[in-house]
Amino acid sequence: MSGDTVLLLITLVVIVVAMLRHRDRKPEAGCIPEIEVAVRKAAELNRPACFIPGSRDIDNIQTISALSMMKVVARYCAEYDVELIIPVSKSMVMERAREVCSAAYEEAGFADRWSSSQVSYTTDDPLGFVAHVDGMIARAKPAVCFMFGFFAGESLLLAESSYNVAEVTIAGTAVPAQLPFFVASCDTTLIGEEFFAASAILSGNKDDIAMLQGLDAGKQLAIGIILVVIVLSYLTLIVKPEMYESFLTIVDNLFHGGGR
Amino acid sequence: MKRNLAQVVLSTVALLIVLSAFLPDAESGFGGIVKRADSYFPIWFSIIAVFAFVLGASSLIGSHVRKIKERETDWQYSIVTVASFAIVMVVGLAKLGGAPGLAGDVSDPTSVLGRIFGAVLSPLHATLFSLLAFYIASAAFRSFRIRSLETTVLLLSASAIIVGRLPFSSKLFSFLPDSLHWLSPGKVSLWLLLVPNTAGQRAILITVSLGVIAVALKHILGISRDMFGGQK
Repeated sequence: MSGDTVLLLITLVVIVVAMLRHRDRKPEAGCIPEIEVAVRKAAELNRPACFIPGSRDIDNIQTISALSMMKVVARYCAEYDVELIIPVSKSMVMERAREVCSAAYEEAGFADRWSSSQVSYTTDDPLGFVAHVDGMIARAKPAVCFMFGFFAGESLLLAESSYNVAEVTIAGTAVPAQLPFFVASCDTTLIGEEFFAASAILSGNKDDIAMLQGLDAGKQLAIGIILVVIVLSYLTLIVKPEMYESFLTIVDNLFHGGGR
Repeated sequence: MKRNLAQVVLSTVALLIVLSAFLPDAESGFGGIVKRADSYFPIWFSIIAVFAFVLGASSLIGSHVRKIKERETDWQYSIVTVASFAIVMVVGLAKLGGAPGLAGDVSDPTSVLGRIFGAVLSPLHATLFSLLAFYIASAAFRSFRIRSLETTVLLLSASAIIVGRLPFSSKLFSFLPDSLHWLSPGKVSLWLLLVPNTAGQRAILITVSLGVIAVALKHILGISRDMFGGQK
């Protein structure tokens, strides 16, 4: 087993142990208020809300997280009687989105307000999808646009179209290259793991909160490893400079499995 | 029952994929089975995705035909969608202008489908993508307006990078003495890209990777069933 595999195993164990330890902790009353405020604003203006769950298929973890966020947004839309429009670019995401939203409307007690035609599939082609969504945003004039999931080059095209029409735009992605575009164009942007954490916080589910504790434990582990490596490398440089190169090779082997 | 079965399939497949990362390469035994399963899963996904496309296409055509029938707002655009879909599907399935049969290359540029792609789709893609230039300008204008300390830092950093990336930037700041050469926009922009930018990107990547593990575990262990519509 290579060094990086051992590290992955340790990280998995730390996260699972932290999740199990905090399973019975009472959920915190935290929430991300912008989402509910945005849906309420759409209700006041009597305009629809638009939710774009990224441009990748269901095998992408960000699409799965986007579906969790979609459930929260759908519940608010059901409660405030706001029409929710969901354009998708993959057939499998369309099916999942219909099931998730149907369950959310049912849980909110307004199953009659949901229609599967609110989720629309157009094309797998990213730019064709952007053309469809931009046109749809210009025609439907949603008061709020949510963009959560994996986005590539289409992020700014979608974010700017939303900015021009919508009163509130909220985005979240874990793609570092697309974050600056969302930060520049959207009112609120969930950066990286904030996006994964948001759905757990919004759900208020104690098991989901336990997942956050696991995530925090993983972060503490990462920070600890980084600090130890920094301190050890400085100590080696000061005490035994001739060993410095060997130390760096050991660290490199540990983190890259000797692949570099 | 349906959701439980889906959860069992998800957990089994995911655990096999995770296990394959930890087991050594083997041809036989349990390790061999896990490795083979891991190599088959992407193929199975592609097969399922093909069948799912039929669902997507039928939903697309169904919604547009309904729009045309009921003369909903902008129903004329739906005629264009349905007609384009039908033409491209017939041309693609019949492999018009290209080598026929199952072995015929669908993406042959001399076929009718290839010509449609080159003459219609590619220019449309380029047109849409070119909008990015204007969108970047408008987004940058909004971001760089000085409203707070953060936006001021953003403006100064962006200005340093823009000026530092100019082809004549080294000549522009050649008046700086050697001791102050590190203040030239070229050096500052390089430092900004290599030090704070790399540090920030790495921090995001590390936390995203941990987030991916946590979310994956949540679904593998069945803690969350949002994906299947229902709560635990």
